[in-house]
Amino acid sequence: MTPASSTTSPARPRRRTLADRGFDSVTLLLVPAALFVIVVFVYPFLFGLFLSFVPKEGGLFGNYIRFFSDPYMYGTIWLTLRLALPVTLLNIALSVPIAMQVRHLRRQRLLTTILVLPITLGTVLVAEGLLNYLGPQGWLNRTMILIGLIDRPIRLIQNYWGVFISLVITGFPFTFLLTLSMISGIDPALEQAAATLGARARNRFWHIVLPLIIPGLAVTFCLAFVDAFSVFPSAVLLGAPAGETRVISFAAAQAAFEQYDYSYASAIAMIMAVVQFGFVGAVLAVRGLFYKGPAGGGKG
Amino acid sequence: MAIASAGFRELRLDRMSRNFGAHNALKEISLTVQRGEFIALLGPSGCGKSTALNCLAGLLSLSDGAIWLDDRRIDTLKSEERGFGMVFQNYALFPHMDVRRNVGFGLRMHGISTAETARRVDEALNVVRLGSQQAKLPGQLSGGQQQRVAIARAIAVEPPLVLMDEPLSNLDAKLRLEMRAEIRRIHRLLGSATIYVTHDQDEALSLADRIVVLRDGEVRQIGTPQELYRRPINADVAEFMGFRNAFSGQVVRREGAEVEVDCGFAGPVRGQSVDVAGMGPVTITIRPADLTPATDGPFNAEVTGMEYRGEAYFGTATGPAGQELFFRTEMPLSVGEAVRLGAPADRTLVYPKGSGQ
Amino acid sequence: MESALEKLWKTLVWAFIIFFVVNVIAMIATVVVNSFGTRWLNSWLPVAFTTRWYASAWKEFQLSDVLLVTFQIAGAVVLISALIGVPAAYAMARRDFAGKRLMMLLFLLPLLVPPITFGVPLATVLYRVGLAGTMWGVIVANLVPTVPFTVVLMIPFIEQIDPRVEDAARVFGAGTGRLFFHVLLPLLLPGILAATLLAMVRTVSMFELTFLTAGPSSQTLVVALYYSVFAAGVRAGQSIDAMAVVYMLSTLIWLIIALRFVNPTQIVARVKKVPA
Repeated sequence: MTPASSTTSPARPRRRTLADRGFDSVTLLLVPAALFVIVVFVYPFLFGLFLSFVPKEGGLFGNYIRFFSDPYMYGTIWLTLRLALPVTLLNIALSVPIAMQVRHLRRQRLLTTILVLPITLGTVLVAEGLLNYLGPQGWLNRTMILIGLIDRPIRLIQNYWGVFISLVITGFPFTFLLTLSMISGIDPALEQAAATLGARARNRFWHIVLPLIIPGLAVTFCLAFVDAFSVFPSAVLLGAPAGETRVISFAAAQAAFEQYDYSYASAIAMIMAVVQFGFVGAVLAVRGLFYKGPAGGGKG
Repeated sequence: MAIASAGFRELRLDRMSRNFGAHNALKEISLTVQRGEFIALLGPSGCGKSTALNCLAGLLSLSDGAIWLDDRRIDTLKSEERGFGMVFQNYALFPHMDVRRNVGFGLRMHGISTAETARRVDEALNVVRLGSQQAKLPGQLSGGQQQRVAIARAIAVEPPLVLMDEPLSNLDAKLRLEMRAEIRRIHRLLGSATIYVTHDQDEALSLADRIVVLRDGEVRQIGTPQELYRRPINADVAEFMGFRNAFSGQVVRREGAEVEVDCGFAGPVRGQSVDVAGMGPVTITIRPADLTPATDGPFNAEVTGMEYRGEAYFGTATGPAGQELFFRTEMPLSVGEAVRLGAPADRTLVYPKGSGQ
Repeated sequence: MESALEKLWKTLVWAFIIFFVVNVIAMIATVVVNSFGTRWLNSWLPVAFTTRWYASAWKEFQLSDVLLVTFQIAGAVVLISALIGVPAAYAMARRDFAGKRLMMLLFLLPLLVPPITFGVPLATVLYRVGLAGTMWGVIVANLVPTVPFTVVLMIPFIEQIDPRVEDAARVFGAGTGRLFFHVLLPLLLPGILAATLLAMVRTVSMFELTFLTAGPSSQTLVVALYYSVFAAGVRAGQSIDAMAVVYMLSTLIWLIIALRFVNPTQIVARVKKVPA
């Protein structure tokens, strides 16, 4: 066929094909999923953003002005933060010492399975359960009266505390399991080395473990905070949605379903996104200052 | 740097034992280490040497027995209270601290002042010859450099005893030789007692003042490198120390320390008796390097393999009763060739059969 | 070798764990006990026990229809996610290409952005397209987080399979179809099963998205439960709790099956590795 190339003319460089850059029929398998995400996630989000600037009344920023001039509306940001921040910080603060203890346990799976229950059952069921359990006649109040902690039932439902408790119940397992896997990923030889060098347990935690998990904790915080900030069914069922637990997601849902003002609802959703990602951005920026590499001790 | 702190006169392991459930990892290990001595714990995987080291470091508690530092009992102390330095197999350098902070960690934990810490960190880095990499993070260093930092960190606190857990096993061959020389130099310079765990014979022979051979959690032999190389105490240790040839036989003649053994080859084999009493069954062991072709040698065999190793050829052969022989030869032989092999009597060791089992 | 202080600390930590676990179990138990109680007002336990609330809840809330709708939706979501998610995961695991990181971000975003935040705009779009309130609308909405979830979960499973196994199969003459059925599918089955079961659990318990997009005939059980609790003044608490118990069973059964294949931590970790 073609003669062997013993040409005198210089060989032309082969054009870089798509395959060279990693695109071939296998990569095409991505297309349906990627397309789907773009069409059903990115587009609606952008559409919502666009829609938020096309209010029923008023100019470009009509919705936003409306939101920020109504205390009943912009107050939701504070009310939601008032729940989400303390809950997230508490969950993380509890997760760390508990994970430090549990990591040495051999039968961890039983504990982690029980902890996964609230997440599996979901916020609605937890809210319903707490309505019974935390009620004035519920088992918790009864037990506390029985052991003499209080003499009259304390009000734990239809207020801030009911929602707070439900957020801890659904949020703690999440932060705990992430923290546990982070702490378990630290090479035990590092703490052993620290011990041989004279570090007591508290020092080992402070100098070795904590610096190595802070980057991971920052990410955990971001995920948990975003979750908590979106609180919805428990704030409605278990809290006081017209009052102290009027959360921003509820305001958005109201705008959509009670006022049929999808433009306003989209604006509220955008504001929600901005607040959430504002916090996330700030935390991740601070995280960038810390060592983020693998928590192993060297080669081998 | 202070030459071996007047830390102690002797470290005594008194029937140290450690069990993991039903598994006895350490069975009554007894050993006395003098100040400044370099002891190697040598043995195959699973023999308990790392367990022994971890018990010494306080990372594992003892199931039975005790550890004494002079007249103080230390096995009840936690790791952070013992004050020993330890070099880990994977170095265990703190990844988020630079070299200086890693090396100075132990000093800071003991409350040494910042100025004094800086001085001693400088000294330690000088000893291991790593001054230039001070500000780097462990992840930015090569394996050999990480090794040096690990050593510097262990010696900065001027411990009476340094523990090393197979520190060279993760390095390539050339680096291993280099670092071996470094460890020897540092030990000579500082004179701290050192307990060094390894499965590599050559390392043990090259570094130690005394070697402790461990097998299945028990001490099989304690001796100088020369003793262990030339006169393993039983057939088991001999095999571990490289006496790959092992044949069963019967003593046919005794002449003082020498015996003649019939082990099913063309002629009787002469060797040194090691605790052989009477004329009973024995095991003969010979290093491959000592077994060479000899026209009048007692071992008749057929060559089954030949391997070139640069300095000589090493071959395998099969004896008349199927025995496996490992030998050395200057000129290569062909597979299938019949050959006669022999070894000097003083390099042939004869043990009572079943010794070391 | 522990000091008294260390022992105290350990006890405190375990006390909290036990307190938490006991409360979670008690909370669930309250619902179950109430669903079987005749009347329960002023005492530790109901006056007597009965199963009639289940029958009445079944009728009142049309649970058979709701359950059917729930599992139709969840089944469709899970099936479609697997069909487009697994190939995508395969491509991500096996190929490096320009913009791969961007693609990964694209798949992570729907998992990181909370449902309400993108749900409201999504509901708006579905309304415009006429899918709002229909079963397909709910399916599409639930697919948004589930497709990425399947992709992100499957990638490590696929990476675990040595690509040389596939090469070997080709060298020995297997075409793409045979490669898939005889080599890849059997090896991937545990992973696909895990992803499917977890996606099932997530979809059945996913509230916000269905809430925003469902109509009266396309509600899933969890949304129906929400509405009945919301209007609780009108209905008997016990029958609501009976419904709640049915809901619990509908999620727990998948969880129990899933736990045979996966670690509880994977249910929680939406991303396998915390990004550096």
